[in-house]
Amino acid sequence: MYDGGKIIAGLAVFVLLFTFPFWYNIGNAAYTRPKLELPKEAKECVEKTEWMRAEHMQLLNHWRDEVVREGHREYKSMVAGKTFNKSLTKTCMKCHDNKEKFCDRCHNSLAVKPYCWDCHVAPKGEK
Amino acid sequence: MKSSRRKFLQIAGLSALGWSICPSLLQASGHGGGEGGNGQGVRWAMAIDTRKLDDKLMEECVHACHSIHNVPKINSKQNIKWIWSAPFEKLFPGQMHKFLKEVPEEHTLALCNHCGNPSCVRVCPTKATFKRPDGIVMMDFHRCIGCRYCMAACPYGSRSFNFADPRRFLKEQNPDFPTRTKGVVEKCTFCAERLDEGKRPACVEAAKGAIYFGDLNDPHSEVRQVLKERYSIRRKPGLGTDPSVYYLI
Repeated sequence: MYDGGKIIAGLAVFVLLFTFPFWYNIGNAAYTRPKLELPKEAKECVEKTEWMRAEHMQLLNHWRDEVVREGHREYKSMVAGKTFNKSLTKTCMKCHDNKEKFCDRCHNSLAVKPYCWDCHVAPKGEK
Repeated sequence: MKSSRRKFLQIAGLSALGWSICPSLLQASGHGGGEGGNGQGVRWAMAIDTRKLDDKLMEECVHACHSIHNVPKINSKQNIKWIWSAPFEKLFPGQMHKFLKEVPEEHTLALCNHCGNPSCVRVCPTKATFKRPDGIVMMDFHRCIGCRYCMAACPYGSRSFNFADPRRFLKEQNPDFPTRTKGVVEKCTFCAERLDEGKRPACVEAAKGAIYFGDLNDPHSEVRQVLKERYSIRRKPGLGTDPSVYYLI
């Protein structure tokens, strides 16, 4: 075998780098879902909690297109049977009035940075 | 030589055929005009009474609009404006003659004209600016890439560009309306969000009767009534943009 030493050393470096994320995290606590502060007064969301957890980004994306481009502002809920105003600030944030303790906790722990808040104004009363 | 000419004719014939089969290609260049505002349905319009407006009233209109829409006041060329007051000679350059100068320079309100044939819509590469069926020329701030073609195309200077984050210049924010972000163009939206709630635009309410608002296609609407009674002009009508903002003289 030519240059056996170099090959084996190279392979070792490769394996070390490739598995870096695994052994770097050894000993760290496992991921736990962050505790969110739920609204005190409101009892139900526009949809079920599990559905909202998985789909809220798609829902908000649809809402924004339907409101801005088509002028459809009413959302008919699949569970409650009620209609809601398709609005991040007027519907969502009226109940979830603390962005830091609701939106940000999950987004931060998952390193997701939605740019909603570059334009939309977070409700007052936080800080 | 001979064979290449034959080939050329073949290709030319085929392309002509393709063009005739797919006429939508011809329309692709102009998504601005067309549906909405020409026949049935609502076509929102404004009639500004230049006699009733004075400086104080205009200031109130501007304040009403800018405060609910989070429009910042920046004391430089980078200022953002949705509605503003300007002298007649700036608004109606084609209507001026030298004897009008004897009259002290009068001001009146200017805003986006919500044209029937909006040049800004035609040039927008992302369709961030589009025309709603009710004639409102809307901005989708989510889609705007800040190329500013619309600013170049608009003959009324109705569009402003956010050179910096507008929040830095806002003392108070209305949480119910988004601020815009750095790098997007913005303009008046005829208060589309209020119209959808059944309210009238903020400036119309603040003007206390000096601005009429309504549906151009409805002969009984406020604007149509007042346009019937009074003489009215529009800004730069010769450009063919078909503005929906009328000025009562």
